[in-house]
Amino acid sequence: MTFMHIGKDYTPPDVEGKVTGDAKYVEDFQREGMVYARLYTSPMPSGRVVNIDATEALRMDGVLGIITADDLPSSTAPANPMLASEDVTYVGQPILAIAAISDDIAESALERVRVDFESRPFVTDPLESLVEGGPNAYPDGNVLQQSEALEDENATIRGGFATIKWPAAEMERFRNGEEPRNVEFADGWTYGDLDAAFAEAEVTVEHSFVTAGTPHHSLEPRSAMSYWENGKCYFYGSTQSQSAVLDSLASMLGIETADLCLINENTGGGFGSKGRSYPMMGVCGHFSRMLNRPVQLRITREQEFYVGVGRPGMQGWVKVGVKADGTVTAIDVIIISDGGPTGRNSASSSAQHLSVVYTPDAMRLRNIPVFTNTAPRGAQRGPGQNEMSAAIAPIMDTAARQLGIDRMEFRRLNAPHSESPVYENQGPMTSAFLGEAIDIAATSFNWQERESQPRQRNGSKVRGLGVGLGYHSAGGSGYDGLVRIGPDGRIYLHSGAGNLGTYSYSDTTRAAAEVLQCRWESCEIVAGNSDYHLPHASAQGGSNTIFTHTRTNWVAAEDAVQKLKEIAAIELGGTADDFSIGGERVFKTSDESLGLTYGEAAAKAIEMGGKYSGQEYPDDINPITQRAVQGLAGTGLIGVAKDNLPKRGIAPGLTVGMAEIEIDLDTGKYEILDYIGVSDCGTVIHPKGLSQQINGGAVWGFGMAGSERYVYDPQNGLPANIGFYQAKLPTILDVPSELKNAAVDIADPSNPAGGRGVGEPSQGCAVAAITSAIADALDGHLFNRVPVTPDMIVNHVAQIEDGFKKLELNTF
Amino acid sequence: MNPRLTRRRFIKGVIFSSAAAASGTGLYLSAQSPSNAVVERLLSLNINGQTRLVDVAPSETLAFTLRNKLGLTGTKVACNRGECGACTVLLDDIANYSCSILTHTVKQTAITTVEGLRSADGTLSAVQQAFVEELSPQCGFCTPGQVMSATALLRANPSPTREDARQALAGNLCRCGAYDHYLNGVMRASEMLS
Repeated sequence: MTFMHIGKDYTPPDVEGKVTGDAKYVEDFQREGMVYARLYTSPMPSGRVVNIDATEALRMDGVLGIITADDLPSSTAPANPMLASEDVTYVGQPILAIAAISDDIAESALERVRVDFESRPFVTDPLESLVEGGPNAYPDGNVLQQSEALEDENATIRGGFATIKWPAAEMERFRNGEEPRNVEFADGWTYGDLDAAFAEAEVTVEHSFVTAGTPHHSLEPRSAMSYWENGKCYFYGSTQSQSAVLDSLASMLGIETADLCLINENTGGGFGSKGRSYPMMGVCGHFSRMLNRPVQLRITREQEFYVGVGRPGMQGWVKVGVKADGTVTAIDVIIISDGGPTGRNSASSSAQHLSVVYTPDAMRLRNIPVFTNTAPRGAQRGPGQNEMSAAIAPIMDTAARQLGIDRMEFRRLNAPHSESPVYENQGPMTSAFLGEAIDIAATSFNWQERESQPRQRNGSKVRGLGVGLGYHSAGGSGYDGLVRIGPDGRIYLHSGAGNLGTYSYSDTTRAAAEVLQCRWESCEIVAGNSDYHLPHASAQGGSNTIFTHTRTNWVAAEDAVQKLKEIAAIELGGTADDFSIGGERVFKTSDESLGLTYGEAAAKAIEMGGKYSGQEYPDDINPITQRAVQGLAGTGLIGVAKDNLPKRGIAPGLTVGMAEIEIDLDTGKYEILDYIGVSDCGTVIHPKGLSQQINGGAVWGFGMAGSERYVYDPQNGLPANIGFYQAKLPTILDVPSELKNAAVDIADPSNPAGGRGVGEPSQGCAVAAITSAIADALDGHLFNRVPVTPDMIVNHVAQIEDGFKKLELNTF
Repeated sequence: MNPRLTRRRFIKGVIFSSAAAASGTGLYLSAQSPSNAVVERLLSLNINGQTRLVDVAPSETLAFTLRNKLGLTGTKVACNRGECGACTVLLDDIANYSCSILTHTVKQTAITTVEGLRSADGTLSAVQQAFVEELSPQCGFCTPGQVMSATALLRANPSPTREDARQALAGNLCRCGAYDHYLNGVMRASEMLS
């Protein structure tokens, strides 16, 4: 299919503002009378607030007020509260906020607040809590009991408490990397006949693994500014999403969604941590209502480390069975998740990753989400899938080596195709071309020749070659699209997706321009402020935007085209079917001179009213879209529709990464010499945007492989690596100067524009390529964890024990 | 980074100014304190070729002055402790972290922020234009700092190698991982300038 816009590079409207400084982020907005709020945070990992004395602080000139948990709707643990009181569960947890006429005064006032805490036992390693007699992160339990509320995407309570303890002897087995016997798990799933599948295996590989939790480190410390007018809240929020934030934020503020205006023009990174509203937003909104003033709540970099949430860690064990021909037949996996105080876990999606990219005949997952008194956890780029791809890659390499099969060929052999059943329900996918992606990568990277080269060279330096796979479900359905053609002939493409920096909010509107066969210069994207009449949209996360919102834009534009034809038929005679579009006109197919420009048709739509100009709209659109259409009624030709297009199963985003590294055995450091990431994400919608996602995801993968992690002091529960410098995300010197990428570019049949998302698996394939390459360079040695730090490599080379058990956390 | 800027120099500056302004709690309080009279408060700064008069507290950083006193919010503050480079500005054409510069130390300096790069008719600078064409930014929060570091490089060396550019941008973190797109932008800008 030949497209006008899809598959072509263009300049998204927000790029120029980013290079000139004109782009506004939350903290750049000012409001008459605005005051500054700052947070007081917990110095201890676990306890409760006994008393707050702010008398001295409130007496200071310029201080306007204080907000504590007592001023907010009550919250039930383990829900992450806006401000903590009864359950203080991590160092850095917000306890109160003070507002003043300046930053300095607010910060000085915080120093004069006296908070008395009662201390409680704490835990920083899930296994410490899971063993008999071990401490619990909360008084009521140590494990998240997932509830139905988890299914409700706006639920603030994510479950309740359970208590699970393993006998000391079984925990000792597990800590040493073995399968524990007859112990309790919280959750899990299985498909196929596991025993029968393992019986068919020629080779089984059994190994433990640790993947560290990692902070998000979005560069913009999250900020909020809000004010109230006539019962309506105007909220400037740093969020990934736009319309998807409304219901949850309104609920947090105790108001109707219609009484909330969210302004979010640009967001300084989110990566999963700002998908919907988050507790700090509630503090700002409630505080500004209390003070009846615009309040700006900005947090420090250190506070962002805490409240910015992070990826859960995993401690686990996996057994893989492979037939003589290289087919993966069975996978058995145990995952203990470090969920911090929020209990977030991604065990199921970790296991689903395995079911998709290695397509085993049978699988079993057993897992426990354990609470710890560390930073709260939430979704982070490829939650579950990416850390699992890091852990599994060298284990799969081991199986391939034992069978004498090339590691790339092994993946090619097991890769899913469009008819492969996946997940625990062994359901369908919309389409899948991972094998084709592997072929492209292997050819571009010259895999086979490089693989045949000897590994030792340059004295202390050893070369390693790695291959990794990435997967994330990447597309939803059922949201709404909205376009307006003005009487001026301009085409207004309303996007409710939100701008998190991937350009997909903009890329997806090009599907509407495609259907309307109009010039891009005639289009204007309307976004960034819910008072601009934006449709209901998915959260901008889960790699879903490209698939989900090319569909919504497509159906809305089709509705507009149908209305253009109907208006033309009424004006010029005949039926809608007699008309075509082109050149921003609707004309009689048999006589192109008979027609209306889009602007003329829009003027007619306004005259005609009804469905043509938004006075009437479909019954099945969301109330948010209904209000948007009501606001636009009478201003032009309105195209609006819910995406009811068919979708067969899961829309996968699939990737393969190949890397060559050189490890210096004297220092334990390695350099990434070369990397390629190849994606199967359907039709390429925006080539440069795709390149950004594949390469940017690779940088994330390199960080997970080699440097990023939470480290807590188990004696005191204090975090040991708060700043960028310590944490540590990759700098430009940690990554190759040039990264390569390519795409399969085969259309997905469930999307008229052909595209699927891929932002998240671009990290998974990269981290896996590096863990695979490290093992390759070290004669197949398996470190059982990420990140692999230089000291681990040096100790291995020197044949020194690391001094910690296989599943230990917070190692130095 | 500017070799003249060291942590020691910054700390010495803070100690000096704090000693002069014993309360040190900022504009609103210290303005009422007569002990502040020994420190010059009303500074004349040369910013983007214009003279700007601004009331500056003794311990105020340049990033704070730019953003909160002068409305130049293009300069971003992401760490406020010299780790990330989002706040990079030019001082006499040399890239500096404005979060780690005290405003009262740059009275004699030509300060350039990201807002000062466009020509009078609004034309983007070569670096800005190249960054647009290469789609260098993602979320954009580090971008003003990347633009300023790239500008400093090209003013000193209009024909850098890709490795030169990599070294020049090494003080600017990008969490989106758009590093190679920024390098593409610098190399394109260099071509545009030649």
